[in-house]
Amino acid sequence: MSDSAKVTDTLLPDLPPPANSTGVIGWMRMHLFSSPVNALLTLFTLYILYILLVPSISWALINADWVGDNRDACTSGGACWVFIYNRFDQFMYGFYPEMERWRIDLTFGMLAVLVIWLMVPNLPKKGLVSVLTLVVYPIIAYFLLYGGSFGLEVVETHKWGGMSLTLILAIVGIVAALPFGVLLALGRRSEMPIVKSFCVVYIEFWRGVPLITVLFMASVMLPLFLPGEVDFDKLLRAMIGIVMFQSAYMAEVVRGGLQAIPKGQYEAAQALGLNYWKMMGLIVLPQALKLMIPGIVNTFIALFKDTSLVLIIGLFDILAIVQAGLSDPNWLGFSVEGYTFVALMFWVFCYGMSKYSQHLEKRFHTGHGAR
Amino acid sequence: MSMTHQVEDKLMVEMRGVNKWYGQFHVLKDVNLEVKKGERIVICGPSGSGKSTTIRCINRLEEHQKGDIIVDGTTLNNDLKNIETIRREVGMVFQHFNLFPHLTVLENCALAPIWVRKTPREEAEEIAMKYLRRVKIEEQALKYPGQLSGGQQQRVAIARSLCMNPQVMLFDEPTSALDPEMIKEVLDVMVELAEEGMTMLCVTHEMGFAKTVADRVIFMDKGQIIEENEPHEFFNNPQSERTKAFLSQILNH
Ligand SMILES: Nc1ncnc2c1ncn2[C@@H]1O[C@H](COP(=O)(O)OP(=O)(O)OP(=O)(O)O)[C@@H](O)[C@H]1O
Ligand SMILES: [Mg+2]
Repeated sequence: MSDSAKVTDTLLPDLPPPANSTGVIGWMRMHLFSSPVNALLTLFTLYILYILLVPSISWALINADWVGDNRDACTSGGACWVFIYNRFDQFMYGFYPEMERWRIDLTFGMLAVLVIWLMVPNLPKKGLVSVLTLVVYPIIAYFLLYGGSFGLEVVETHKWGGMSLTLILAIVGIVAALPFGVLLALGRRSEMPIVKSFCVVYIEFWRGVPLITVLFMASVMLPLFLPGEVDFDKLLRAMIGIVMFQSAYMAEVVRGGLQAIPKGQYEAAQALGLNYWKMMGLIVLPQALKLMIPGIVNTFIALFKDTSLVLIIGLFDILAIVQAGLSDPNWLGFSVEGYTFVALMFWVFCYGMSKYSQHLEKRFHTGHGAR
Repeated sequence: MSMTHQVEDKLMVEMRGVNKWYGQFHVLKDVNLEVKKGERIVICGPSGSGKSTTIRCINRLEEHQKGDIIVDGTTLNNDLKNIETIRREVGMVFQHFNLFPHLTVLENCALAPIWVRKTPREEAEEIAMKYLRRVKIEEQALKYPGQLSGGQQQRVAIARSLCMNPQVMLFDEPTSALDPEMIKEVLDVMVELAEEGMTMLCVTHEMGFAKTVADRVIFMDKGQIIEENEPHEFFNNPQSERTKAFLSQILNH
């Protein structure tokens, strides 16, 4: 061995990592006041928060009135939630007959159970529950909400409204748009020229028009093209418009996911003898869907908020019904409370979806190890 | 000097005057090749010479424009039925393994028997375990591909192909993406497979493998088969200048 060789015989012991927090003061010095400029920024932000939050909180929570029968109950000078309190049922159920509202509760209750079943890991029979949710449930939901058989009274769709209508529009829109979106995306990447051009034209057309025009067309123009006597439900027309519009967006999300799957995956699937649909269904889409979760949730959130546009064709979603409530002479002047309530409802659902999608991404990420 | 084994007279793969173009670029020029049942062929040649393209034409990952390809009696044409029949009989191992990352090792192997051969799941998993044992990786069956080393992944990929019980195996540089210490474990599996009488076409730069296992070595350059010989003659007495140049490059560095 030459003199320049260096050899260590002793193995170093494993040590615990150094503590990286040096108490509250240390943390604050490091993260909030690490330089004069940063200290100023911290103080400035705190000041902005102070001038925004303090009045808002005192208006919305501290000086607010919560219960009562009419506007005279609002005496504290802050928000008058009595308005919401009195109208709450209508905001949720629209003009759905009071005696029949259990049907809406039951419909959404069932959906909640099914969805929670699918969301909680480790619950058995996910496959069966998915089929129930996607195939059996919509039929039950239709008969429950619309009625007309099993001794249930018919409730015309023009009586539907409020938050329940918003949810119905959004859920139908997303659930129906996903399969169409997948088909359109596959078509757009297909090698068959007619299928491909059809899909390209469809996607580009619907992506080029605003939803509001689609809704106008669905409610005003569609009846002009249909044979005279066909009476086509207004809500159904709006739903079809939303689904067609949404499929185009979904198709682009799916296409993005498909593009991220390496060519080798297709080749390996083909070399094993899988045909096109099996290759897509078993190998490509499961991997692509994982990548598409953020995009899908994004479009869903956008759609969820866009459903409020149906108010222009005379459907009473949560926003429209609150607005209608505001023009009630007994409750004039509570628009801030009304719109705050609507914003809060939208926010709760959108934030929930966003959080859940982050959770899903994490779970898929750790569950399957490195790529 | 190849190992003694049975080569039957039956032709497994036949390529007759195969030509292929990528746009204007003529990649395969009149490729003629006959592979008998049980034969082991090694294809070598410089980068870009069309080796991959040649074997990828056999299972229609690439489409040839002229000539005939006949696999186990079935002529490859645009009929999807024929393509599917041929793909069931031809296994392929890729340079980058191409395992399905969202499925476990066991699921990777059982997938094609279940969905292509319609084997009941339990039986398919037994088949999968049998071949995973054969490539000595059965203890990893429930892991995901991303948790395995390159050599292990390539052995899984070989097992996955074998689960379809193919008549012919195609290898496209199966060891080129591996770290040196993992090359041997994959080559060992391939040698074993050859000993069992599998018909094999291997694109590889492992000349040791070619010398011990191959019945014939094929040298390709610029889309053509330049020289074809049994390994001893091929390495010791190459005929064409291009073969000599290629051999001196890869054997002497
Ligand atoms: N999809 C494609 N489009 C156009 N040209 C291609 C395509 N695929 C391969 N080629 C070209 O065809 C030629 C042959 O490619 P091929 O992959 O068969 O070579 P190879 O002999 O396998 O080389 P390597 O040792 O680098 O893998 C190369 O020049 C390559 O650039
Ligand atoms: Mg190659």
